[in-house]
Amino acid sequence: MTSKYSAFSVLREGLRGQSGWCKAWRSPKPKAAYDVVIIGAGGHGLATAYYLAKNHGITNVAVIEKSWLGGGNTGRNTTVIRSNYYYPASSALYGLSMKLYKNLSKELNYNVMFSQRGMLVLAHSEPEMEMAARNVNAMQLNGADAILMDVADVRKKAPLLNFSKDARFPIHGAVWQGSAGTGRHDAVAWGYARAASALGVDIIQNCEVTEFIKEAGRVCGVETTLGPIRADAVGAAVAGHSSVLAKLAGFKLPITSYALQAFVTEAMKPVMDTVAFSPAYGTYFSQSDKGGLVIGGALDRVPSYGQKGNLPIQEAVLSGLVEMAPVLAKVKLLRHWAGIVDVTPDSSPVIGPSGIDGLYVNCGWGTGGFKAIPAGGYLFAHLLANGTHHEFSRPFDKDRFVTGRLIDEGAASGIAH
Amino acid sequence: MSGTRLTSGGLIDRARRIDFTFDGRAMQGYAGDTLASALLANGTRIVGRSFKYHRPRGVWGGWFDEPNAIFSVKTPRGSLPNVLGTTTALTPGMEIKSVNAWPNARFDVKGALDLFNPWLKAGFYYKTFMKPDWHLFEPMIRKMAGLGALEPDLIEGYTSDQVHATCDLLVVGGGAAGLAAAEGAARQGKNVWLVEDHAALGGGLYRMGGTIEGLAPADWVTARKAAIENAGGRILTHTTAFGVFDHNLYGLAQQSALDVAPTLYRLRAKDCLLASGAIDRPVTFANNDLPGIMSLEAGIEYLGRYGVLFGKAIAIAANHSQTASAAARLRDAGAAVSLFDPANGDLSATGRRRVTSLRQGGRAEAVDCVLASAGWTPVLHLWRHAGGKLRWDDTLATFVPAQAPKGMAAIGAANGIFDLDQALAEARACATGEPYSPSPPRFNLTPTLPKPGAKGRQWIDFQHDVTLDDIALAERENYVSVEHLKRYTTLGMASDQGKISNIPGLAAMAALTGKTIPEVGTTTFRPPFVPLPLSLYHGPHSGQNFHPLKRLALEKLHRSSGAALGEYGGWLRPAWYGNQPGPDAAQSEARMVRAAGGILDASPLGKIEVMGPDAEAFVNFVYYNTMKTLKPGALRYGFLLTEKGVVFDDGVVFRMGPKRFVISSSSSHAEGVTGLLESWRQDGNDPDRVFVHDTTNHWSTVTVTGPKARNVTRSLGLDIDLSAEAFPHMTFRETSWNDVPLRIARVSFTGEVSFEVSIPASKVEALWTAITDAGEPFGVSPIGIEALSILRAEKGFIIIGKDTDGETMPHDLGFTLPRQKKSTAFVGDRGLHTEVANEPDRRQFVGLSVTGDAPLPTGAHLVEGADRRSFGIVTSSYISPNLNRPIALGLVERGAERMGETVTLFHLGKTYEATLTSPVAFDPDGARIHA
Amino acid sequence: MQLFPCPFCGLRSEGEFHFAAEAGKTRPVTTRDVNAEEWAAYLFDQKNEKGATREVWTHLPCAEMFIMSRDSVTMEVLGTQTLRKLPA
Repeated sequence: MTSKYSAFSVLREGLRGQSGWCKAWRSPKPKAAYDVVIIGAGGHGLATAYYLAKNHGITNVAVIEKSWLGGGNTGRNTTVIRSNYYYPASSALYGLSMKLYKNLSKELNYNVMFSQRGMLVLAHSEPEMEMAARNVNAMQLNGADAILMDVADVRKKAPLLNFSKDARFPIHGAVWQGSAGTGRHDAVAWGYARAASALGVDIIQNCEVTEFIKEAGRVCGVETTLGPIRADAVGAAVAGHSSVLAKLAGFKLPITSYALQAFVTEAMKPVMDTVAFSPAYGTYFSQSDKGGLVIGGALDRVPSYGQKGNLPIQEAVLSGLVEMAPVLAKVKLLRHWAGIVDVTPDSSPVIGPSGIDGLYVNCGWGTGGFKAIPAGGYLFAHLLANGTHHEFSRPFDKDRFVTGRLIDEGAASGIAH
Repeated sequence: MSGTRLTSGGLIDRARRIDFTFDGRAMQGYAGDTLASALLANGTRIVGRSFKYHRPRGVWGGWFDEPNAIFSVKTPRGSLPNVLGTTTALTPGMEIKSVNAWPNARFDVKGALDLFNPWLKAGFYYKTFMKPDWHLFEPMIRKMAGLGALEPDLIEGYTSDQVHATCDLLVVGGGAAGLAAAEGAARQGKNVWLVEDHAALGGGLYRMGGTIEGLAPADWVTARKAAIENAGGRILTHTTAFGVFDHNLYGLAQQSALDVAPTLYRLRAKDCLLASGAIDRPVTFANNDLPGIMSLEAGIEYLGRYGVLFGKAIAIAANHSQTASAAARLRDAGAAVSLFDPANGDLSATGRRRVTSLRQGGRAEAVDCVLASAGWTPVLHLWRHAGGKLRWDDTLATFVPAQAPKGMAAIGAANGIFDLDQALAEARACATGEPYSPSPPRFNLTPTLPKPGAKGRQWIDFQHDVTLDDIALAERENYVSVEHLKRYTTLGMASDQGKISNIPGLAAMAALTGKTIPEVGTTTFRPPFVPLPLSLYHGPHSGQNFHPLKRLALEKLHRSSGAALGEYGGWLRPAWYGNQPGPDAAQSEARMVRAAGGILDASPLGKIEVMGPDAEAFVNFVYYNTMKTLKPGALRYGFLLTEKGVVFDDGVVFRMGPKRFVISSSSSHAEGVTGLLESWRQDGNDPDRVFVHDTTNHWSTVTVTGPKARNVTRSLGLDIDLSAEAFPHMTFRETSWNDVPLRIARVSFTGEVSFEVSIPASKVEALWTAITDAGEPFGVSPIGIEALSILRAEKGFIIIGKDTDGETMPHDLGFTLPRQKKSTAFVGDRGLHTEVANEPDRRQFVGLSVTGDAPLPTGAHLVEGADRRSFGIVTSSYISPNLNRPIALGLVERGAERMGETVTLFHLGKTYEATLTSPVAFDPDGARIHA
Repeated sequence: MQLFPCPFCGLRSEGEFHFAAEAGKTRPVTTRDVNAEEWAAYLFDQKNEKGATREVWTHLPCAEMFIMSRDSVTMEVLGTQTLRKLPA
């Protein structure tokens, strides 16, 4: 059987009708007890299991998933990976993620197609250019590879955009992060699942948590649709449903769930080589390797657990896109969908103890959890293994809502309103 | 052989010939043709190449189920990418090009890729291209991928209309069932809309031949149409219902020609009858992707609707009960027809660039066309959008409607009723609510599902080259969940979104895993039902209609005075006046203000009325500063905070009387402030005792500022003593001017004596003219926002959102007293005492001075230590024309106690030096403001 | 595009409405000592119910805030209720 992926193994399997490939991951029945149970086999949950096994030697781990692995926001996002952040705490977190992403395909032996094609954040006026400079300086001081581009440089990177001076929001320049880009979202989940499974982690799909097993106020396992599973520590990484699980366990979170929509067009030959985001037009897009434009924008206005799109936001996002690149008016939308995202008051994630002994949470990634998968898993594994924070996750503990030490990237750019 | 256009039959107009080209070759079609029917009539077999293996592909389907016939099309108006040939009407002068092929579909150099197919199976790219680096391979893969190219031309007037509408009943589909239902409901007086995506009504009737209720299909359709319209119903053809959204909203797209942007209807329908019909399911057999193999439905559709017979020797591979009538129609048209029952054994096609024979066991027929059908699949996308459930029907071997979504019912073929008489009876009963007892269905078939392990390459998804082997590979590797299957193999993710591949794919996985098909599941159908141009969603929200600017009542006068207009906080405002370059103009204007004076259109300043018996307590509660001590006729500067204690807005509060205030929020924040006030008014206050009303747009404001401001203002002849003693700083007066109410305030954002004159917006032109005329002899003329920004910075006055950020609290700006002393509750009070609010290291508001002439760059960071830790930022920076030196403002950790300290700054890789100073650079004693 | 019933203006398009807060929170009396946890809970914690919710919404054109009960999964509006005192 062939378990290692390489050009050679693909060649060999091609010669024998692809008959020798192993299962990418095992599908075992749950054991009665594990050292650690992780709820949610999305990117963060699977990465956590992988790093628990790899970095901390904890392999007696189960990842339980109510549906299919990678089926939440990991499989629904617009795949942007970046670390162009203002605050040092954010920069450290997402910088770690970029570093891990960079080597992830080789590390997992699974091509996650991290494509460092660069990202433009457009500025549409001189005051926006000043703000862009403030942000670029912060990023450079934080160690990120951001630069400030003038309009001529932007045109070279993305000639498709609307460079008319009469545009509603004329382009004045952009913040460019060259190492940013996109990844193949499913492959990230599958790659972590395969690597974790190979290290002994049990991934149990179609298994829903119905209750927490508590003894003397401490969580020591979960009741599931496949029976009770005990654990020394339980970690929840269930983006979109964190509040539901919190209610089940009996603690509160500062989270509101919203639908975030994404869009993809029909495939075309390459027309857009980078990711471009315009805060003013309220939209961003890139072109997938398959050729479709992948488009995202603002959250829906109405708190929601309904995983479907809503016409007003579609019109707002796609109108912004056509204004940003008018030639796209004639390109056809193929599909749109929505994921449920956990939004915190400062739009930064929550990683840390839940407030109930034995139970830890990784949630609140809002619209940007995909890019943080490796770091989220890495730091959450550290927390679950040691019971204490890694220095990078410490600022993201939910105690920041008590101390007031919010990490509000939106507010940093002066958007107090 | 070539396709044949029959001399009669079909809905095409043989009197109107249409010339077009395909891959450079001249061809002819007729009005009423689609690109696909015209190409077939011209004998074109290979219309394109598949996505991965570049296999030659012909037309497979007759309508939206087509996976192969995708083209780049140039019309006289412009070029369009990825045009679906089977649903697009042929128009004169079209230049049609095949996609994914070079030089053309017939001879594609990448066709050789097919030889490598044993290695290019599902997901192969996840297993390789990792070393040395993905970036080495990605550009090549990107170039190989993609369908058509996007040409850069913009099509003139390609803008979608967008329409809102409502109706009682929406009928989706203008086939027999839809027409009968719409007629029944319309006759009952319901407001009925019927939408049909073809140009003509009648759906599958043209395929069937024969008569319907004693009439020829066209006559029956005409009668139904007349009945519906006479009863007040509305019929939209060329219109696709593409999605169902919350609260019964249906998205309709009407497109009459390819190069005209479709019209969007946002239709709110109380009820919906889904009469969307059914589509053919492919039979999965060896080499089933060869050109010349089509769906049975398509074969007779081209015959019935377009008068095209696409084969002389046709094999039909089907076993359902309507196979025989289809065969008879084809024979009547002149084809030799052989019948194969796919349930009798494995089929295999042979041929290289087209199908030449079909085999089953020992039987082989030489054919030039194979028409295959494994049965019909109801089109239930909208059903699923609306949350309806599906049920697997073993006898029909497909999914049929189960539990209905609220307000929706399926009828006819969409409901799995494939016999016409039964469909009509059901449709009429369903529309009118009359009782209906269904008779047992006559339609039957022997299910034929994909057989894993069968020999040969068996295509499931034609466009994406997904074969049975790929599904077996996915199963072997444990990608067994339906979503994993789809994503790993890309099954159903092509431009047809799995319309024909979904069920064969599920059936194959079911067979591989020993599950039933419903156990494997079905993927979610997502809108839009067919791909639609982004223009549809964009509509007329173009240019200035996209987030429209707020316009000043004085815009015309500003323009005639040579103002350079720019966007400031959503308003279009004068940036400066005259022909000088902006920075020079701003410098001269700022100099003029301090030498003589300037006139500013300050109309965007908020003017929010707060009144009622509780107004005083309310204003005192929403403001950080104590406002209850404010006397009528006076005004006070203050902050509005968020509950986190962060500065939300600054501005002045006018006390108009005991129970009335006007809140003058900063420019461009009036709406946000009104919203904040409203929410507090109704939360914890008694909304019957205090009222908030935004009058910003009703009043315009002209500010006269500078040493000559009093002289200029005097010439208005107001009945007010303007002297400093009688009318001190931070007070205001109400009077009238030419019988128009007028408010005049002494408040200054420049540090000079200023008179802020407000008047109803409709009268401001006269005021502006009077003031500018009066200013002229004093050397006082209009100034723009850029000069104002410099002047206020010279004085260390902040702009919220520029000199503050989302962490700035009032004590960071030097306003400490209310935080320590205010005894009544106020918004943000608790937030000002969190751990972070009490931090000694908070960033505080400072000035920065430099030696030399070059101003500090705005956005530079103050840094310290070897790791260049940021401990502050430059928020504003200008050359002060009045001090003849650069000035700057910033937020700096412990700034207030570090005055005089020399600091290092970082900006885009360069370093600078500056000294921390007081933010007030000009007239620090404030003598001028009180003059 | 959802339709929400403003108790004053009737059924209007969702774009006219603003989600203000979950219903049922009362601002602590800040003139007495409010501990940090109590304040954080008031300001930040959310029930974020999946299913039936009770929320405060503002109808922007008439500026009125009201209670709306919704289903956060199906988006069905279950009812609205004014926050005004009823006349005695």
